[in-house]
Amino acid sequence: MNTAVAQNHAGAPLGAPVYELSHVSKTYARNQVVALEDVSLTLRKGSFTAVIGSSGCGKSTLLKIMAGLIPPTKGRVMLQDEPVTGPRRDIGMMFQQATLFPWKTAVENIVLPIEIRDGKAAAKKAMDKAQELLDIVGLQGFENVYPNELSGGMAQRASICRMLITEPAVLLLDEPFSALDELSRDMMNMELQRICIEQNATAFLVTHSIQEAVILSDEIVVMKPRPGRIAEIVKVDLPRPRTLDMMTTPKFGQIVDHIRGMLDKGEDM
Amino acid sequence: MTEQQTNQPSATEALQDTVWVQEIAFIDSVPRWIAMTFVFALFIGTWQLVTSFGLVSPIILPTPLETLNDMIFVGKNLLTGGYMLVSLWITIKEVIYGFALAIAIGFSFGVLVGETAFGEKAVMPYLVAIDTMPKVAFAPLFVAWLGFGIESKVALAAFIATFPIVVGTAAGLHAADENARMLFKTMGASRMQTLIKMKLPTGLPQIFTGLKIGAVGVMAGAITGEFLGGGKGFGELIRIAASQLNTPRVFSLILYLSLVGLVLYLLVQWTQRKVVFWHKERVDAGDH
Repeated sequence: MNTAVAQNHAGAPLGAPVYELSHVSKTYARNQVVALEDVSLTLRKGSFTAVIGSSGCGKSTLLKIMAGLIPPTKGRVMLQDEPVTGPRRDIGMMFQQATLFPWKTAVENIVLPIEIRDGKAAAKKAMDKAQELLDIVGLQGFENVYPNELSGGMAQRASICRMLITEPAVLLLDEPFSALDELSRDMMNMELQRICIEQNATAFLVTHSIQEAVILSDEIVVMKPRPGRIAEIVKVDLPRPRTLDMMTTPKFGQIVDHIRGMLDKGEDM
Repeated sequence: MTEQQTNQPSATEALQDTVWVQEIAFIDSVPRWIAMTFVFALFIGTWQLVTSFGLVSPIILPTPLETLNDMIFVGKNLLTGGYMLVSLWITIKEVIYGFALAIAIGFSFGVLVGETAFGEKAVMPYLVAIDTMPKVAFAPLFVAWLGFGIESKVALAAFIATFPIVVGTAAGLHAADENARMLFKTMGASRMQTLIKMKLPTGLPQIFTGLKIGAVGVMAGAITGEFLGGGKGFGELIRIAASQLNTPRVFSLILYLSLVGLVLYLLVQWTQRKVVFWHKERVDAGDH
């Protein structure tokens, strides 16, 4: 059932560079603010990368550049060896809010990206695939339910499906579960890991939570503000699949402390 | 000790329920229709008292019974297709045409102002300026331009009802949140797709609020037009009755007229419930 979807993501072999940013800078012309300075970053196929930093460190600017929503001032932005010059169907995105539209059923919301890009007929054909994705995230039986009747966690599961329906090469996650309560959030993070492993997805997560970053990521990009830049890229060598129990291990604690120390230093500057 | 820790009452001691009285406001236990009937009876009762003690001259204020009798008379005339039905039909036509015109113009300007930077920058200030004018004052102009027929009344009715629809549509188009806009951008949606598939449906509740305010305004516009521009509509009947000091007739005509307004309003509300099925209104009966 899942293999059909997973195969489509085969593309590059595991570990090959998928998304490459080299020496990317962003200056907002209006107020001469340097939001990003000389950011270089490589996302490899099947890897999970998180970016963390205090507000104003440029992480949302970075995400917008990677999503093709705003152009960089300097530097190269390459996804699957093609420069990113605008929104692309091989970029999947997820936000803090599920942003499901209340006049569409769950399954209609999920095929919306197809409807926008290829029209209604293509969207209809994609219904079967949407159904498969609903099964993967554990929402079978909810396809014809309107979003008003879904809980926060269920709505975010549906928005995961909407992100996956176009088979994107990279998943950009903008604090996807931060609006949920902590219990649902932990559970959804584990779900996210499972889905990413099943789909061999290349994921990039913006988060405020150090724990969340450590439990999910292979690499954590720690950023500092004014100007926004990379302070360090921390490798997390905890085994996969990760479990919530790992949060109590000394190694987990060490990595969290290390990152927290770096973020505190950033505040003094 | 262990007994206390497990929160079990000891065998010798009977379990005491924690009982306390919650105060319930009386009005919460009264069904809406009873409360409404009460207010209605209070109103009629006060009216009856004022007239039967002769506090107000009968020429100024008829008794409730006189009004009811006249309502029956007017009702018979309407049901048998008398001259009043002809008048009412003229007014209804003015209201329908006026409302249709207001929807068409109001929606178009609303999209222009709410969707385009040009509209917001260059057109909106003029709309706001015109909206602050007393629109009824334009009635003589419409009569001069369009004559004493129904056209001048349709124009005034549409003129009054257009602005709330413009405002409702423009506000509705701004209702979509940042996430929804960003989502549509990442999906590569065109401006037209964003408008039709996201902004308009998101703004439907506000658009319908504008339509409801417009529905009230269109009635006022049609009747004012008839007062000031003559013709053969219901407003003219009211004007004649008032000039003859036939106050029971004025009262009953106004009540029948308000039925027309109510039907129009309920029609809009019913359409809203069908179209915007996902949006639950907070005030169920009698909003606005």
